[in-house]
This record gives sequence, structure tokens and C-alpha cells, in this order.
Amino acid sequence: MMLLSVEGLSKTYPSGARQVPALKDVSLTLDRGRTLGLVGPSGSGKSTLARVLLQLVKPDAGSVVFRGTDLCALRGAELRAMRKHLQMVFQESLTAFNPRATVADAIGDPLRIHRIAGRRERPSHIAALLERVGLSPALALRSIHEISGGQRQRVAIARAIATGPDLIVLDEAVSALDVTVRSQILELLVSLQRDRGIAYLFISHDLAVVRAISHDIAVMDGGRIVEHGPSAEVTDNPKSDTGRALVAAVPRINYQAGGAR
Amino acid sequence: MKTVSRLIRSPEGLAGLILLALPIAAAIFANVLFPADPLSIAGPALVPPFSDPAFPLGTDRLGRDVLAGLVHGARASLAVGLAAALVALAIGSLVGTVAGLAGGLADEVLMRVVEAFQIVPGLLLALAFVSVLGASLPVVVLAIALGAWTGPARLARAEVLSIRERDYVASARVIGMHPAEIAFREVLPNALPPVLALSSVIVAGAVLIEAALSFLGLGDPNTVTWGAMIAEGRNVLRSAPYLSIIPGIGLVITVLGVYFFAEGLNNALAVRGIRS
Repeated sequence: MMLLSVEGLSKTYPSGARQVPALKDVSLTLDRGRTLGLVGPSGSGKSTLARVLLQLVKPDAGSVVFRGTDLCALRGAELRAMRKHLQMVFQESLTAFNPRATVADAIGDPLRIHRIAGRRERPSHIAALLERVGLSPALALRSIHEISGGQRQRVAIARAIATGPDLIVLDEAVSALDVTVRSQILELLVSLQRDRGIAYLFISHDLAVVRAISHDIAVMDGGRIVEHGPSAEVTDNPKSDTGRALVAAVPRINYQAGGAR
Repeated sequence: MKTVSRLIRSPEGLAGLILLALPIAAAIFANVLFPADPLSIAGPALVPPFSDPAFPLGTDRLGRDVLAGLVHGARASLAVGLAAALVALAIGSLVGTVAGLAGGLADEVLMRVVEAFQIVPGLLLALAFVSVLGASLPVVVLAIALGAWTGPARLARAEVLSIRERDYVASARVIGMHPAEIAFREVLPNALPPVLALSSVIVAGAVLIEAALSFLGLGDPNTVTWGAMIAEGRNVLRSAPYLSIIPGIGLVITVLGVYFFAEGLNNALAVRGIRS
């Protein structure tokens, strides 16, 4: 069942006097409960695509149809209400939270904004979410700065699933974590997907990680999607130059571990 | 709390606090120390300082107690200084935040207004404002704030421009937070520390402008102020210079104290900024 359908997205950023194209006619689709991995070298437009999907940046052309609605046409309160179904986890967990926030603030904000839990029920909701992502509910009162990077990324995931979204965009969400923490977070993401049928757009420059979690993979370069197919097909037999270069760049030992998952 | 302890441990911060303790104590206890109206005649005219135990700092041309005037004047100076700084900070950070977040035309218009206020010297602006609306304490406060809000506005805008690009603002938008809440709960509190450090400098400037206004006869005529005392003493400057010098010393201590305090606060906040 089609959840997200992106058609002909283009976005150009001004850089001095020049116009730098970040997205050129990007189209893709994503079904419910599936994971689309998005790989590509730095500057290929992955993060811009994420920001356009989340409507943090408006595209110059194209449409983002999510749950049957074109997000680009939504404004103000309508768009804010729709955000309940579409969440994002950022790469740098430290900068993705207000430096003054506590863990409870970070997870409680979406519950409050979308009126999912009143002031009274909120602490129990927050505790349940913390437990779901494998953290102690006692962490709720700690400041975001006091907990470790892995814990913070779990809090970011708890915040993202708080509103019961259909799609979470993970923009290099595990790239800043060390290897053991990374695999735990990937396991958490897979189990959440199994329980709740959440679809992921998993953005990374690391093909081994993407292969481990994705059903399909899209390869981006220069603002275009140059290759798109089932995960195994793209990693085993890449057809585009960029795809081949990314596969060749994966350290062999990591790749086998990823494939065995 | 850490900021406070760092403030006390820095030499500037400590010096500022000690210097400020005097005028602050005077302002708080003015009514206890000198319950009588400081503008009423208390004794013979022009008693020199340190000659009569009843009037330790002497009396002025009309026989009013200089020490009582000095103590009550501290209250007016500090109250006007703090109130003006508060108003300037509130307006400035509000305008700066809105300009920085809104961008585009709103930003252009607001910043041109800021520049329009900046090219007029603060004292001149206050003079014009008070001459039009008449001298009373609220008008004087507003007049001083009118010349002082541009600094906080520019600083707040610069901070907001850097903060609004950070991930946590994007993250707040992603969870569907209302733009007004993003502005005042996510952005403004984080833009405030450097603006607050500016506040002490504004207090010092406000105290001086208030004194200048009173000196020119544009202060509130029903409150004792140091500026008015200096102006009063000017008539007998050659025979009784102490009448102008004593409130002048009060001004020096207050402004110097506020500046030191500002410096200490700035350093304490800067250390915190590096740490976080």
C-alpha cells in the first residue's frame, strides 16, 4: 500500500551569484512498513531530499504525496497537524535537542502539541516510550546533555514514535554512533517497524548499514536518483557508476557482517 | 548557580558587587535611614560636610540634608536605570527575535527602524521625548529605553540568525510546534545570555542619561535625583563645590560598579558558553 510518493522534486540553492542544484527531478515511492535506504556520496542531495520531504524546505518543483495528500500544498495548522504522521531523527543527537531541555521535555513536547496525552497522563506515556526504546524511565528528569550519545539517539527515536507516525526519516541517524551502539539502535528500529508498521527512509553514506536494514535501496548522486531497486540487487550487482563505487568502498569484513543479518 | 559563583570569584565581578552594594543598600533602606522627605528643609543652609554630626555630608542652599538626598537619590537612579534597561531589553529582544526569525521584508523593515533610532544620540532622543510628554518617572524610563533598545535588538537578531539554522529548531518544526512557541520557547531563551550580558552596560548608560536629564531640569521634579542635586549645587559651585561633588561620587561609584559587574557577568557567561 502506497504511503509516500514523490514526483519530480527539484530544488536549487543560491550560492553567491551561482545557483547550485541540490535536487534534480527526484521521484520515488515508499510503501507502508517498508524501509527505503538512500545512499550517496556527500553533497549528493540526500539531506536536502530529507528536508524537502519534511517540508522544512519548500521545493522549487514537484510534489510530495503522503497519505494521499500533497504536503507541498499544505500550510500552517494543516501542515502542523500532518506532521504527527511524519517524523525525523537527526544525525547529531546533541544539536537536535534544545540545550535547555530535559528528556521528559523532549518526549513530552510532541505528546502535548498533538494532544495525545494531557498533563496528568504525560509522565506515564513518557515512561512507556522510554521503556520501549530500551531506556530507564528514571532518565526522564535528566538533562539532554547529561546522557550518552547512544541514549540521546534512543530519546530521539522515542520522540519520533511518540505521535505514532507512519514514516520516520532517519538522516544519518546512526552514523555518529560507535559500532556496538549502532547495531543496537538498528535492532531497535527493526523491532519498532515490526511492531508498529512504521516505514523508514533511511539515509546514510554507509552502504553496509543501509543494506542491513533496507528492503529497497536508492542511490543518489548529483541531486538525481541514479539507481533504485531491491536491496540485495543494488548491493550485489550495482548498475550505476556511483553504486559500483559505493559497493567498492565498503570494507569487506563489514559488508559480510551486514549481509548476514 | 555556577555562573553566580564564577561571577563572585572573578575580580571584576567581585569589585562590581562591592561597589554596587553601597547604592543598592542605600536604595533599599532609604526610607528606614531617612524617613523624612529629603526635599524638606532640615536645618541651616550650606552646612559644610563633616562639621555637624546631625548633617554628616552638610546641607544645600535651602538647608536640605545632602546625605538624605544622596540615599534617596540612589533609589531614583537605580530604579530608573533598572526599569529602563528592563524595558529596553524586552523590546530589543522581542524585535530582534521577530526580525531574525521572520527574515525577508519584516527583517528589513525592523532593522531600518533600529538604524533610524541608532543614528540619534540616546540623550537627544530622551530629551525630545521628555520635553514633549512632560517629566514624570515612567516617561523618563521610556525615554531612556527608547535610546537603548537597539543594542539588544541587533544582538538578539544576530544570535537568532545562528540559532534558527540549528537542528533543534528543525526538530521542533518536525514535531509540529507552533512558530510562536518555537520563537519564544526554543530560540529566544537560547539567544538571551549574550543579550543579558549587555544589560548591565545599559543600566550604567541609563543611570547617566537619567542624571543628565535631571541636571537639565527634565527629571521628575518630585523625586530627588543625583542629577538634580548636581544641578542645584551648580549655583554655588565656587563657594560650596561639595554639593555637586558628593552626588557626582555617587554616580561614579554606581556606574563603575555596574560596568565591573557587567564585565564579570560577561566573562562568567562566556566560560559557560564555551563549556556547553
